[in-house]
Amino acid sequence: MARALVNVPTKVKRGDVVEIKVLISHPMETGFRPDPNGKFYPRDILKSFACTYDSEHVFSAELFPAVSANPFLSFTVVATQTGVLTFSWTDDKDQTQVQTAKIEVE
Amino acid sequence: MPTIQEDQQPAGVSRRAVLTGAASAALIAVSPAARATMSEMDEAIAAFTKGAPIKQGGVKVDIPILLESGNSVPAVVSVESPMTVADHVVKVALFNEKNPMPQIAIFTFGPKSGRAWVSTRIRLSDSQKVVAVAQMSDGGFRMGMIEVIVTLPACAEER
Repeated sequence: MARALVNVPTKVKRGDVVEIKVLISHPMETGFRPDPNGKFYPRDILKSFACTYDSEHVFSAELFPAVSANPFLSFTVVATQTGVLTFSWTDDKDQTQVQTAKIEVE
Repeated sequence: MPTIQEDQQPAGVSRRAVLTGAASAALIAVSPAARATMSEMDEAIAAFTKGAPIKQGGVKVDIPILLESGNSVPAVVSVESPMTVADHVVKVALFNEKNPMPQIAIFTFGPKSGRAWVSTRIRLSDSQKVVAVAQMSDGGFRMGMIEVIVTLPACAEER
């Protein structure tokens, strides 16, 4: 679907609160922007984002047209065990893009 | 040669009817455009809280007060909470006053989030208030807000 960038620290101490940053390329067309003919460009946005840590929910977001193009999100997670973080974005057509990142806990 | 009568009217339409018609059409033309009004934001907040009372404070919305462009505005929301299983923030919703839609985003947290903190980039169509409402795990709601000035709004020009 689109190019996504995920920033997760690779090595952390147990119990640390870790900051995670995600960025995905997407136009986030609002549906309120007029084209040269006076009609509106059809709405096309990413409507949701979710992050799971070893299939346990840690953070999710419901997005509206007021979120900028190329949605950027930054949030925190408590590093409890070495595992996999899974990030998924879903658009208006219910297409989902999934990205994963490993986190190593000492 | 046919004579023209001065009081002759076009069939069925009086001059007065035409004028009042034009006046009401002008009134319709200036009726509110498609943008969220203050009450729309209040309605959206009430829909989020399901009418529950909201306490002020404990929620911080961090946005630069003077913005050059409304297209990509960095926004940080943080809520004071120990973020334990017993006491944590469940959801944080961001609302605006004047965009075409009052909602911006709804974030869902869990005790594993560690901190009730999120950073993102938003669009603002005008100088306005941005409100964050947090739902706590005990069912209570808290809110915080910020008023920002946007010199070049989002949606003002073709991208």
